[in-house]
This record gives sequence, C-alpha cells and structure tokens, in this order.
Amino acid sequence: MVDARGLSCPLPVVMVQKEVNKNNPNELDVQVDAMVCVENVTRFAHSQGYEVTVEEQDGEYTMHLKK
Amino acid sequence: MNPIIIGTGVAVGLAAVVLTMLGNPANMGFCIACFLRDIAGACKFHQAPVVQYVRPEIVGLVLGSTIMSLANKEFKARAGSSPAVRFVLGACVMIGALVFLGCPLRMVIRMGGGDLNAFVGLAGFATGILIGIYFLKKGFSLKRNYNVTMTEGFTLPGAMVLLFALVTIAPALFAFSKAGPGSKHAPAMIALVVALVIGALAQKSRICMVGGMRDAVMFKDFNLLSGFVAIFFTVLVGNMVLGNFKGFSTYMQPIAHASQMWNYLGMVVVGWGSVLLGGCPLRQLILAGEGNGDSAVTVFGMIAGAAIAHNFKLAGGAASLQNGVYKIGGIGMNGQIAVGIIFVILLAVSLMNLPKDE
Repeated sequence: MVDARGLSCPLPVVMVQKEVNKNNPNELDVQVDAMVCVENVTRFAHSQGYEVTVEEQDGEYTMHLKK
Repeated sequence: MNPIIIGTGVAVGLAAVVLTMLGNPANMGFCIACFLRDIAGACKFHQAPVVQYVRPEIVGLVLGSTIMSLANKEFKARAGSSPAVRFVLGACVMIGALVFLGCPLRMVIRMGGGDLNAFVGLAGFATGILIGIYFLKKGFSLKRNYNVTMTEGFTLPGAMVLLFALVTIAPALFAFSKAGPGSKHAPAMIALVVALVIGALAQKSRICMVGGMRDAVMFKDFNLLSGFVAIFFTVLVGNMVLGNFKGFSTYMQPIAHASQMWNYLGMVVVGWGSVLLGGCPLRQLILAGEGNGDSAVTVFGMIAGAAIAHNFKLAGGAASLQNGVYKIGGIGMNGQIAVGIIFVILLAVSLMNLPKDE
C-alpha cells in the first residue's frame, strides 16, 4: 500500500515509481486524495503495464493497480 | 495525446497574442511574474513607476480556476505543507523570474516571438528542473497538506474579488503607470473574461510549465509537455500571421536583456524553485483558485518577492539604445548577490527536506 494522501505533484507518482522499481508488484494499492493525483498515477501505471480501478470515498481515492 | 491539454496550450497562446494585440506589453501577453509584479506595484508594495497596474488577468485566472473546480467538485480547502518555506520559495522564484524578465509562461511566449534570449532562459529552466528532479528522486518533500476550513480555501479567490472590486470602485487607491510596461494593457473587461476562460481550462487540463519537462524526464510522461509545445507554436504562428515575427534574434527584444549568464541563472532559480513547489507560477495561481492554501501562500510570497526585487533593485533591466549605443541590459550587483543568496536558500531547502534515513 502506498499512502500518498496530502502529497502534491509529483510525489504520489514518485512513490509509486519507487515501489514498482523496487518490488515490481503484480498488484499495488495507492491512496491519494486529489483527482489530479489519480490522473497522474493512472498515466504512470498504464505506462508500466498496470490496469487501474479507482474507488472514491469522502474525497479520498483508493487505486488498485493490477498487472 | 490529450486534446484538453493541447487545446489549453493553444488557447493560452492565442490569448497571449490577442491580449498583446489589444494593448498588453509585447512578447508578454500573459506573464504571471510580470503581472503579479504589476499588482504589487499598483498596491504600492514597490515604487517602480513603470510597473504598476492591477492586472485583471491574474484575477481572472484565479477565479476561472475557482469556478471550474467548484463546478467539477474538485474545489478542496487544503493547506499545511510547509507554508513558510513555500512563501520563501515563491519569493525566490519571483526574483529569479524578474532577473530573467519573465515567468516560464512568458519565456515560452518570448520564444514564440523570436527572442533568442529566452532560449538561453529555457536552458537555465531545464537545468533548474534537473536539479529539482535530483532532489525529488532523493526523496525531497515539503510534507503533507491537510483538510482545512473553507476560509483557507477561499483566501486567494476572496482576495482577488476584493482587489477587483476596489480597483473598480475606488481606482484612486492604487498606483498606475503612466509609461513603460505597466501603462500598456488590454481593455480590463476583455482581459478578465479571457483570463477566466484560461483559468478554467488550466484547472481542467492541469497545464504547468515546469510539470511538462519534469514529467517527461522522470516518468517519460509527455502529457503536460504537449501543452508547453502547443503554446510555443501557437504564439509563433500567431506572431507570423500578425506580422510581428521578425526572425530569431537576441538583439533589442521587447522587455528583455541579452545578459545571457543572468538569463540562464535567473531561470535556473525558477526551474529549481518551481520543482520544489510542485508547479510553475501559473499552476500556483490555479491551485490557489481550487482551494489550496499552500499555493495561496506561495502567491503571496511571489508578490512579496516582486516588491523585494524592485525595492532592492534586483530585477533585470531591458536592453536599450542610448544615444545610438546598444546596451544589452541585465542586472546590477544587488541582483547578482541576490541570485547567489537564493541558490544557497534553494540548496538549504532541498537538503533539509530530504528523508532523514537517506
């Protein structure tokens, strides 16, 4: 789980990139709280071959990345 | 390629060309640093008589972002991510921009106007971004922000409404340039409406001058960079169509100097500082418009930086012809020392906000 809530651009993507480079997980959950972060992480995840689903609750987003 | 970001880039480029045609200073059109500096002057935070005007473009950009973010439910009052540091970084970025004579947006607009000095600025901007990326990869962060009250979120939009109301009802409160760049402006209501549209588009598209290069280098993500490129080509073509384009040159470019070392170093400051802040001056206005109190503080820091730049004679002076002799312009000793001090500040902020375990 990458918790990037409250972090501004591009830190959420940096954190996901770090996790992907380090462990290359088949599945990864990412928490963010801004739509712009959802968009940025989604673009990066797609470029790394992940499919992305997003759940929203009270302005916070849980992103499920899956290869 | 994302049509929204390219469309926004084209719209920004068109707005710059049209607003210049309607009276804004040449190769400026839409410069965030210059226009915040003009507002600082109009409010008498500095006394430089040639750069004082309440630019409706700034008001429109912020409120356009507010309206769009309220409409698409993205308006969120957030703050608490190293606000004092952001204030200082905002001031540093502004001083760097005024050493170069333009924010990253005006740099692109100047490039599209054929100003080769701006290409030197681009090299500096890219260098600054690469330095910032180095620290981002090392784990640099100004830490998390938090949900805050709506008063925090509406601080800059509220300030913009108040500013526009005051200048409309009681213009005598403000200083207005009678000569120089501050005296050149498009009709206020047209500038406001254009900026409202651009502010809304910028909120929707997330366009950011620093984000373009940063994301391209860090993530091979060219989304934001496409907006940057779209602005350049739109301004270039627009200038050609209007007959303003005279080829590429460093000589006697509008409100620009040819002191290349300081064009370069000024934009290194802007690139580096903007990466640490998470966005260029335009993006800070847009984020503040959508409720981000940290970006509002950054904008206040930029206004303070503009006042410091002119009160302490740090800003660049444009190239000129004096009795037929070409003077390349540039910055004086105060400005050079200030740039040195700012590099120390940027380095200190970069190093002191790295993770403790690295």
